[in-house]
Amino acid sequence: MIGLEHYLIVAAALFVIGIFGLFLNRKNVIILLMSIELMLLAVNINFVAFSSYLGDLAGQIFTLFVLTVAAAEAAIGLAILVCFFRNRGTIDVEDVNVMKG
Amino acid sequence: MLSQDLTTISPEIILSLFAMGALLLAVYTVKDKAASLLVWITSGLFVALAFWIATMGEGTTTAFSSMFVDDAFSRFAKVAILLAAAAVLVMSQDYMVKRDLLRFEYPILIMLSVVGMMMMVSAGDLMLLYMGLELQSLALYVVASLRRDSVKSTEAGLKYFVLGALSSGLLLYGASLTYGFAGTTSFAGIIKATDGGVSLGLLFGLVFMTTGFAFKVSAAPFHMWTPDVYEGSPTPVTAFLATAPKIAAMVLFARVMHDAFGKSVADWQQIVAFLSVLSMFVGGIAAIGQTDIKRLMAYSSIAHMGFALMGLAAGTAFGVQAMLIYLAIYVVMNIGTFAFILSMEKDGMPVTNIASLNMYSKREPLKALAMLVLLFSLAGVPPMLGFFGKFYVLRAAYEAGLGWLAVAGVVASVIGAFYYLRVVFFMYFGSEQDIQLDRNGSPILWGFLVASATVMIVGVVNLFGIEPLAEAASLALVN
Repeated sequence: MIGLEHYLIVAAALFVIGIFGLFLNRKNVIILLMSIELMLLAVNINFVAFSSYLGDLAGQIFTLFVLTVAAAEAAIGLAILVCFFRNRGTIDVEDVNVMKG
Repeated sequence: MLSQDLTTISPEIILSLFAMGALLLAVYTVKDKAASLLVWITSGLFVALAFWIATMGEGTTTAFSSMFVDDAFSRFAKVAILLAAAAVLVMSQDYMVKRDLLRFEYPILIMLSVVGMMMMVSAGDLMLLYMGLELQSLALYVVASLRRDSVKSTEAGLKYFVLGALSSGLLLYGASLTYGFAGTTSFAGIIKATDGGVSLGLLFGLVFMTTGFAFKVSAAPFHMWTPDVYEGSPTPVTAFLATAPKIAAMVLFARVMHDAFGKSVADWQQIVAFLSVLSMFVGGIAAIGQTDIKRLMAYSSIAHMGFALMGLAAGTAFGVQAMLIYLAIYVVMNIGTFAFILSMEKDGMPVTNIASLNMYSKREPLKALAMLVLLFSLAGVPPMLGFFGKFYVLRAAYEAGLGWLAVAGVVASVIGAFYYLRVVFFMYFGSEQDIQLDRNGSPILWGFLVASATVMIVGVVNLFGIEPLAEAASLALVN
C-alpha cells in the first residue's frame, strides 16, 4: 500500500536533487532552469499528496497556481538568458562572473 | 458579498487595470514616445492611491473568505510602498532618458510589482502570499536586466532570477508542509492548528518559509545575491530594489510570523534573532572594503534589514511598531542617498566609484552637506532621525528580554558607522585628484536629496506623526 509518506519522500528527494543541481552544477545555466523546475514540481507532488490525504481541494488549486507561475518563471528566465547570451556569447555558469560577489 | 470583496481590493484592481491598459495602448500606438508621460502619470496614480488608502481605510476588513486582509498594518505598508515607488519613478526619469534607457515597459513593470507588493502585505492565505510574491519578483527580475545591451545588467538579472527562484522554491516547500500539517492554507486556520504547540512538520514548514523570506529581505546568510544585483542593475532600478520591495518583504515576514505563527513566538524568535545578528555584522564588516557606492549601499541595506529584523525578533506589538518606524525612516534615507548617487556623473556618464567623491565638498558644498546628514543618519549618529529608528528597535529587543541582541546591535552599528564616515571623509578631507564629478543640477534629484536630508533633521521633533500610526498598525497585527 502506497501511503502519504511515500509521496512525501519522493517529493523531498526530488526537491533535494533540485537544490543540489542548482549548487553543484558548474556547466550550464539551462541546467539551473531545469533544477528550479524540478524543485517547483516536487512541491506540487507534496501539495497533491496532502490534498488527497486531507480530502481538501485547496492543495490542488494551489498546484494549478504553482504550475502557472512556474511557466511564467521559465519564460522570464529564458528571456534573461537569451539577453545574457547575446552580450557574453556563452551560457556557462562559470562565466557568470563579471561581478564577484 | 462579491461586490464587497471587490470594493476591498479596489486599489489593487485599479492599479492592475491601469497597467494592462497602458501596456495595450503603448504597444499598439506610441511605444516609447509616451514613456516619460507614463512615468509621471504612474507616479501620480501611486500618490493618489496612497492618499486614498491612508484616508479612506478604517478598521479591519477581509475579502474572499479572509484570503485578503485590509487592516491598519497593511495600509501602513501600502502607503509606504506606493510613496516610495512614486518617488523612485520620478527620480529615475532624467537618468533613464539621458542613457536612452526609458522604455514604456519600465513604469508598467514597476506598477505590476507594486500590485504584487500590495497583495503580499495584505495576504491572509498562503496562496495569496505566493501569488503576490511571484508577481512582485517576476517583474523585478525583468527590470533588473533592463539594460539589455550591458553584460553587467543581464548578469545581475540572471543572478537575481536564479537565487530568487531558489528562494521562492524554498518558501513554497515550506508552504506545502505547512498546508499538509495544518490542514489549511489560511493563516487563521494555521494559527488554530498551532494551539497545542507546533508539530514537527509545521516546524519544518516554518523554517523553510523563514529561509525563503530571509532571501527576499536579503538577510545574512542568504544575502549573496544583493551586492551583485545592486551593482549590476541600472541605478534607478537599484534605488527601487532598495526601497519598496524591502518594506513589502519585511512586512510580509512579520505578517506570516504573527498571523500564522503568532502563538509559537518562542519557536521562531531564535531564528529571526540569529538572522538579525548575522545580517548586522555581515553588512557592517563586508561593506568596509567596498569601492563602489552601489555595492556599499547593498551591504548597508543588509545591515539595515538586520536592525529591522531585530524589531521582529522581539515578537511583541512594540517590536512590530519599532520595525515599521525603522523601515519608514530607512526608506526615506535611501531615497535621498540614491537621489545623490543618481546625480553622480562625469562627462555625462554615470560614476559609482567612491573615490570620485574626493573633496566633493569644495565644489558642491550644499549637496555634500545634505549627503553628510544622510550618511550620519544611516550610521545612526544621535541628532539625526536614523538614530531614533535604531533606538526603537534596540528598546524593543531589550524589553522583550533579548538584551544580548540589543548589545550586539549597538556593537554592529559602531562598526557600520566606519564605512559611512569613510565616505564623509572622502567628501570633506580627501585628496585632490583628477576625477572630478560634473556639476550637474537636475532639480528633481536635488530636491529629493535636500528634502530627505531635511526630514532627517526636522523629523526629530515628532517623527512626522508616524509613531501613533505605526502603533495602530502593530496593534492590528499582534493581539
